[in-house]
Amino acid sequence: MNATFWNNLYWLVKREFWEHRGGFFWAPVITGGIFLLLNLMGIITAEVLGASHGIHIGANGGLRHVIEQMDAGDMSRVGFALDIAMYSAMGLLIVVLGFVVFFYCLGALYDDRRDRSILFWKSLPISDASTVLSKVISATVLAPVIAVIVGVIAGVLQLLMVVVTLSFHGLNVWQLLGYAHPFRVLTNLVGYIPLYVLWALPAVGWLMLCSAWARSKPFLWAVALPVATGLLVTWFGIMGLFNQSPLWFWHNIVQRALFSVFPGTGSMFGLNAEGLARHSGNNFDDMGLGLMNLSNTYQLLGSPALWIGVLAGIALLAGATWFRRWRDEA
Amino acid sequence: MSAVITATGLSKHYKQTAALDNVSFSIEPGRIVGLIGPNGAGKTTALKAILGLTDFTGKLDVLGYDPRQQRDKLMGEVCFIADVAVLPRWIRVREAVDFVAHVHPRFDRAKCDAFLARTKLQPNQRVRQMSKGMIVQLHLALVMAIDARLLILDEPTLGLDILYRKQFYQNLLEDYFDENKTIIVTTHQVEEVEHILTDLMFIRDGRIVLDADMEAVGERFIEVLVNADQATAARQLKPIDEHQVFGKSIFLFDGVPKEQLQALGETRRPSISDLFVATMKGTYA
Repeated sequence: MNATFWNNLYWLVKREFWEHRGGFFWAPVITGGIFLLLNLMGIITAEVLGASHGIHIGANGGLRHVIEQMDAGDMSRVGFALDIAMYSAMGLLIVVLGFVVFFYCLGALYDDRRDRSILFWKSLPISDASTVLSKVISATVLAPVIAVIVGVIAGVLQLLMVVVTLSFHGLNVWQLLGYAHPFRVLTNLVGYIPLYVLWALPAVGWLMLCSAWARSKPFLWAVALPVATGLLVTWFGIMGLFNQSPLWFWHNIVQRALFSVFPGTGSMFGLNAEGLARHSGNNFDDMGLGLMNLSNTYQLLGSPALWIGVLAGIALLAGATWFRRWRDEA
Repeated sequence: MSAVITATGLSKHYKQTAALDNVSFSIEPGRIVGLIGPNGAGKTTALKAILGLTDFTGKLDVLGYDPRQQRDKLMGEVCFIADVAVLPRWIRVREAVDFVAHVHPRFDRAKCDAFLARTKLQPNQRVRQMSKGMIVQLHLALVMAIDARLLILDEPTLGLDILYRKQFYQNLLEDYFDENKTIIVTTHQVEEVEHILTDLMFIRDGRIVLDADMEAVGERFIEVLVNADQATAARQLKPIDEHQVFGKSIFLFDGVPKEQLQALGETRRPSISDLFVATMKGTYA
């Protein structure tokens, strides 16, 4: 772990960004832009329609509620609605990020073998382990960080849009902003990234292993192998031997190998239903956003599923590194 | 000085065929070695073994490293250009130079920039926007700026027009090569490297069939232009090749004393391509 190692790693990650600027940077920026544009159009439509009919109709459902709640004097619900406005921008970005990371991992150790530029990269004094590590970092840290930055900017713009719209209805902008929790939203999103690294590791490992191993069509291999295994397991009832239903296999192997790269899936199928019920509680505030609170998302750290996944991910990445080193194209 | 590369009993099998069959050779520093053989003879496999890109059996020492175990260190002192298509298509000139400059400890940026200034390459140009010749210029600029001890060229001028090909070897000789460096080159365009090689290696079916320096080649192989009346006498000396031009016969001899041959007719040094064709007779039969 000397200076050369970190220097090489920095430049390798930078190289990944150069190559995948489209997926890592432009995809979230364009998604965020479209999201804001659609919302703006929605608000304008609603305002115009509302004005012509002489009644108040909220732009995207939430607005009308907010106004009603303002009337009812329930300020905590106003803050909740405004936070939702901020998170909503991130929601779309998260889906896009999942797809970007999924396909990035599949191509990471395959594309340069296909176009033979691997011979150029391999002519430089860089170890294959560093190369693989730089790609893991790009997928699990660089891409999410960019998505969060874009998401927060889009979220703040969305928040301002909602607040300004409300101010047309005689509400005070500054007072409204005081109800929102932009910094809590920011902390929750940024704080989620380390957990995402751990949760995504088995899927990143599996996809990169296929990427390093497949002679062609890594996507097909990556998807077909776990699904075919799942079907066999279900068909022959192998899980019965361990007193588990076949669903266990689909849930813990197939799903983890393929979909863990989608952020938020850790909260969705990492915790069991019982856990979710306990966390959500009866409080209205907790129902939606409680899930986003770090104290809740980090409950996952206590689940063996996460740590077994991390170990499996590391083993798969070691395999990917081995194939990267020795895969002979001749 | 000790050898740059020492190979002993190198073997590599792909399924049934032997790409390398118990090959042994050694290459001294300051040489330009031509590794020449028909398609599928094992040239690329030999180079891959030297670069640690493929597994093999036998012993191989490159600059004191074992390419299988110490590849990362080895690549700090070895450069290679394999074919023309290996630069990634998305990369820009500026990015390629930046990247290599920061990860390669022996890279001299000023040298690279000076070389690029003599070309039409623009810093923001992507590889996918370049012609094949320009891609090679970029690759050569990167490689020549690296103070490596061993340079390996695998078909470096494939698909280039003659201007680029001439310029490629000229640059290599004038601005790069010196007595501390060693170059190994494989190519099918033998005529172009003929004058720059110091050593010649022919490889066929995974075996080295000829390994000699150019002087020795000139002494050992002699071409004689023989009139029709002398042809029978010439054939008795067991030429390795014979063909007719303008009613005269051209014989190629291996290891027959020059004085003896001069009696038959005009002698000259054979071109590498003629020597190659004669040596490889029956390869594809």
